[in-house]
Amino acid sequence: MRVLKSKPNNCKGVRACMIACSKYLFKEEDPEKSAIRVEGAAEGPFTIHVCNQCGECIAVCPTEALFRDKAGVVRIDRDKCVGCLSCVGFCPFGVMYVHSDYTEPFKCVSCGSCVKACPNGALALEKVDD
Amino acid sequence: MKKQHTVLAEFKYEPGQVQNGYTDRSLYVNLSDGVIKSKPVTDSMKEIFIGGRGFGLWYLWHAVSPETKWNDPENEIILSSGPIGGITQYPGCGKTLVVSLSPTTGLVIDSNVGGYFGPLLKFAGWDGLEIQGKADKDVILFIDGNSGSVTIEEAPAEDVDAHLVSEQLTDMYADSPEGKRDISVVSAGKGAEHGLIGCLNVSFYDVRRKAPRIKQAGRGGIGTVFRDKNIKAIVVKFTGVRGDTNHPADLERIKRAGIRLHREIRENDALQCHMRTVGTAHLVEIMNDYDLLPVHNYKFGSHPDTKKIASPIWTKKFTQGMPDGCWYGCTLACSHAIDGFKLRTGPYKGQKVIVDGPEYETVAGVGSNCGIFDPNDVAELNFYCDTYGIDTISWGTCVAFVMECFEAGVISSETTGGIDVKFGNADASLRFLHQLACGEGFGVIVGQGVRRMKKLFVETFGADPEFLFDIGMECKGLEYSQYMTKESLAQQGGFGLTNKGPQHDEAWLIFMDMVNKQIPTFEDKAEALHYFPLFRTWFGLNGLCKLPWNDIEPPDNATTDEPAKVPEHVQNYVDLFSGVTGREVTKEDLISMSEGVYNFQRVFNLRLGQGHRSDDDIPYRSAGPVTVEEYESRSERYDKQLREKVDVDPEGKSTEEKVRILRRFRMDQYDKLRDAVYKRRGWTNDGIPTLQTLKKLKVDFPEVVEVVKPFL
Repeated sequence: MRVLKSKPNNCKGVRACMIACSKYLFKEEDPEKSAIRVEGAAEGPFTIHVCNQCGECIAVCPTEALFRDKAGVVRIDRDKCVGCLSCVGFCPFGVMYVHSDYTEPFKCVSCGSCVKACPNGALALEKVDD
Repeated sequence: MKKQHTVLAEFKYEPGQVQNGYTDRSLYVNLSDGVIKSKPVTDSMKEIFIGGRGFGLWYLWHAVSPETKWNDPENEIILSSGPIGGITQYPGCGKTLVVSLSPTTGLVIDSNVGGYFGPLLKFAGWDGLEIQGKADKDVILFIDGNSGSVTIEEAPAEDVDAHLVSEQLTDMYADSPEGKRDISVVSAGKGAEHGLIGCLNVSFYDVRRKAPRIKQAGRGGIGTVFRDKNIKAIVVKFTGVRGDTNHPADLERIKRAGIRLHREIRENDALQCHMRTVGTAHLVEIMNDYDLLPVHNYKFGSHPDTKKIASPIWTKKFTQGMPDGCWYGCTLACSHAIDGFKLRTGPYKGQKVIVDGPEYETVAGVGSNCGIFDPNDVAELNFYCDTYGIDTISWGTCVAFVMECFEAGVISSETTGGIDVKFGNADASLRFLHQLACGEGFGVIVGQGVRRMKKLFVETFGADPEFLFDIGMECKGLEYSQYMTKESLAQQGGFGLTNKGPQHDEAWLIFMDMVNKQIPTFEDKAEALHYFPLFRTWFGLNGLCKLPWNDIEPPDNATTDEPAKVPEHVQNYVDLFSGVTGREVTKEDLISMSEGVYNFQRVFNLRLGQGHRSDDDIPYRSAGPVTVEEYESRSERYDKQLREKVDVDPEGKSTEEKVRILRRFRMDQYDKLRDAVYKRRGWTNDGIPTLQTLKKLKVDFPEVVEVVKPFL
């Protein structure tokens, strides 16, 4: 499957990734609607928070709304999701996100938009064994 | 099966929308004349009765007269959620509250149950469902919240037993496999047709097991009322549950509280209560260690064989890793099941079934209290009680009573149909249960409940009424739930000074008293018996489960001012109530909301001819050692108490004499507690709410004052 990997040492806190992500997911430029978050100020250091497709959320979902797609990426089926946010609470890395505009949470879908947007090569999509 | 249905009555309605937790209407169904109508839920009802049990009490008061018996057509079964019920974000927000007149107590009983019914009923358009009257033949009541229709359908072909009818009707009314979780079925079982201790089963569809699961509204015999009305099942259907279907005033506030608690559970469940792996059964060994586990009809508090039915055994038997919540979003997830359990007795012998549970109460009730320590026997009893619609708590206490009567020679194997009913005889308990379901044999007598058995044994076999009164563990007619309360004065009050009988909904103080030692003084206990029944009532008004309140605690809880109240969680509930309804409330308001309803219920009991001080009398087995055997099993402790608390030297006295002296002391303690609690609750010394109290709580309606006045 394709998983987003980061090299925080290359990150300069530009945060173009966050804008690209929210644009892809929600057609809006809003860092609060990004599934990738860059933490850190000024010169750094920077920490990059994003889903690593570990799949721990799949077992806590009461409706099986969380599943792995054909590419091995963990996705949310919005038709099945009842907005209980169990996945948000149980994500070991805190990378299942919520926003007041939506009752359902959202997460990284390994689309690669952030990789393209990063000017400093801090992000890459890598193939890992399922 | 559906082809054999005949529609007797139909009612169409506009599906409508929930606003701030309410639909502002309730559904009334009369099975005698087929009347189905919508009734408004008024602002005053919402302000004073809130929802859930409050609505149930209000409707039942108006439905019955002081003379109404449980099997009169006027008796109602009322099911409702509550304003907070149906939110998905916070653990434990899917409970249904059921209210009726109890066959065993003759009083109002309210019972709470998991499963999807209450929330789906609300989303289908109804804050509550009132069922009055009786059908001529078995009917199914179907509420279709998608199309907006209610039908009473004659249904001859479906089974009565819960595990079958739940599956049959889930399959029948779902539009597709994905739609099965939009269905919830309420049922009882064959046992509820012949015994007074019937329970209700409420289903939810388990998407991973691909089968319905059933939870129980156990206490009080509502399943018996259900079958007496010839209701085979109630089915509700609603598609489209979402995080905002309740249309709350402030969804973000609710989401924040939910995420907070999910994280708290994720980090602390394995350290604190193991709900996610073994559910309430984690309590078995704790109760045993603290000498609180009921053993042999509440004679003792521990047993060397308890390890055979302690939580490691259940952890292995429960399928692990399932999101076992009984409503969406409950990550405390205590609703575990044994999959593929092969039954060895009864009409389903040889079949592999899902056993819903066992919970702590079931392990202690049908297990240790009866001297039964084989986990497979406990599981088999659990399954058959559920599917027959029999309350496991009452069954356990009834069988334990019969076992002690047998061992004491009060009844013989002649009475029991040739069965030696000694403690530990699981085959006997199963045999009686199957007899109850068939309506033949001694099992039917067991299913009448402890109070009626006491009367029967005295009248028919010349049993000593005082001995039976001492060991028959019922109060107000309801069997005790599974805690050995001898050493906890607080829990003796917690069970005796209740509205509906000795159940653990109103007051579960034994842990905070005996394990956490948080209420050491007399005043602490009296205060706890004022606060906790009221706080616990609040959950029943709002459609909530109490386990996420105090079975899991924030790690810093012990450092707070009042750790027994779990203040951070109380604040969460303030957030939920205000977040859903838009009514800003404080922590103190939660108590005021409940206090009105609680006192109303007390007056309701009075209206039905009980509700006095003497109705809060308890069997001595709940307060101290009845027999020499019991005293001597703990003689060091009791001798010490005689010396230190009673100022009597045990030296040279016979055990019988020491039993007598201790008894006088213990009953005197209970009496003093009763005095203090009544006073704290604003009641007279006879246990009657004063006019001042009723006025303060805004429940001084003319019809309420009329009931209370003659006694003031």
